[in-house]
Amino acid sequence: MATSKEMQTAGGSLVVERTGPLALVQDAGRFGARHLGVTQGGALDWISLGWANWLLGNAPGAAGIEIAIGGLSLKAEQTIRLAIAGADLGATRDGEPLAASGSFMLEQGQVLAFDQPKSGLRAYLALPGGIDAEPFMGSLSTVAREQLGGLDGRGGALQVGDRVMAAGHSAEAREMPSVAAMPQDGAVLELVTGAQIAHFEGASLFAAFNQDWQVDSRADRMGVRLTGPELRCQLGGMISEGIPLGAVQVPPDGQPIILLNDRQTIGGYPRLGALSPVACARLGQCAPGTTIRLSPVTPHQARTRYLRQLALWR
Amino acid sequence: MDALMVRLFDAIDEAHMPWILAADNALRAHLGEALIDLVPSYTTLLVHYDIEQLTQIEAKGLIQEALRGLQPASTEAGREHRIPVWYDDSVGPELPKIAERLGVDSDEIVRRHSGRDYCAFALGFTPGYAFMGMVEEALATPRLKTPRQKVAAGSVGIAERQTAIYSMRSPGGWNLIGRTAVKLFDRERDEISLFRPGDRVRFEPISREAFIEQGGDTTPLEER
Repeated sequence: MATSKEMQTAGGSLVVERTGPLALVQDAGRFGARHLGVTQGGALDWISLGWANWLLGNAPGAAGIEIAIGGLSLKAEQTIRLAIAGADLGATRDGEPLAASGSFMLEQGQVLAFDQPKSGLRAYLALPGGIDAEPFMGSLSTVAREQLGGLDGRGGALQVGDRVMAAGHSAEAREMPSVAAMPQDGAVLELVTGAQIAHFEGASLFAAFNQDWQVDSRADRMGVRLTGPELRCQLGGMISEGIPLGAVQVPPDGQPIILLNDRQTIGGYPRLGALSPVACARLGQCAPGTTIRLSPVTPHQARTRYLRQLALWR
Repeated sequence: MDALMVRLFDAIDEAHMPWILAADNALRAHLGEALIDLVPSYTTLLVHYDIEQLTQIEAKGLIQEALRGLQPASTEAGREHRIPVWYDDSVGPELPKIAERLGVDSDEIVRRHSGRDYCAFALGFTPGYAFMGMVEEALATPRLKTPRQKVAAGSVGIAERQTAIYSMRSPGGWNLIGRTAVKLFDRERDEISLFRPGDRVRFEPISREAFIEQGGDTTPLEER
């Protein structure tokens, strides 16, 4: 921990001037306490957080700010190098448009502002070395429902007047390579099928993987509901068991819910399987109304794609 | 795809917990650094492993090795807890309703709810919240049709044959019968979560005065 005032602001700091729907401190997530009911948390689009961090030479899972839908503005207290990646939320520096992905200097007194989504849903802002705050169980991930993480350590979202301090100094800035665009209508999300797959009716399985699904407005960091063909499963309620990230659970109404980072740790609905980590990141960028397809892949394929993503940051 | 489910049983039974605990220990020891999280529940354990380190085939192999020759943990493996509870209509609005349904007075419900040990089958819902059972058959009560928006931390509830304590203020649909001043999840404490899967829990009825003395909040539920 920093001791003097100079030390505290050595990497620079930002003050929140305006908030939007939801801006949260997020990192790679909180691990090792799920058996106590503590959820995973962490950036929904871990790939975009990873790129924002990579641009500043940070570890991919360093804490940054997840800005959902826009509306946030921050003023630099000292000149600071920052990076953004993920959704295009119409970011500006003192009113001048910035690229949706890239690193840039914010001079003392300048304002970084996010407007509203042009593509994608969540932008990620990285600071040199991550964010300086007190972690809980090794993570700064904000989980409002659990009153854990964030700048205040109590699960609070960013508030006007909050000071966001960089945890370190920036290494040499990097250039953003061209990366996959934000998912559009027709995006394909890869899914590894699970143990209950055989209990779904054949016609439902065909529909699940060959028809369009629509991302519903009932979507948050806990889960995203899809609407589309009704999936029928011969299993009713099950005895509650641990839920992996990306689990596609099917409640009795036949409309799947994909469980994401802030999901409850155990639950009792049958599951088609789980989205791959890459697909989870992409789902985190799908606005309500987006149509998607589910596509089965092997665990090997899903893992290969995950490792390929990590390799880009080495 | 970064997790595998170990399924040991098909039904809820306290007699299964020594096996679940033994599997928990064995998996933690055998997977070591490759284990990210391990979530035991009534009949299963979800093994979340590091896919940078292990392929799924390797993870399956390690899990099989870990479970070979498994012996049930001692019945003393879980810890015992005594949880003082102020059973009262004002903080447990369903207490008189359950009593009425059974045609007995509230004291009889208290006597029966506090008259046996419960097993913590799994933690979830909110941090530190333990799903415990089994409540005696006659006390089994379905969840509220419409869950409450806010249930106070420490509220003691019944759903079907299970009982639980709300670990933090949250929405909830269990039938509330009382409240405890004990903190289930406290980040200032070495043992952040009071309960762990496999622990045994006994409720002890206390007076309003004792509840207040223990730091309990007597604000009636409906006024929160």
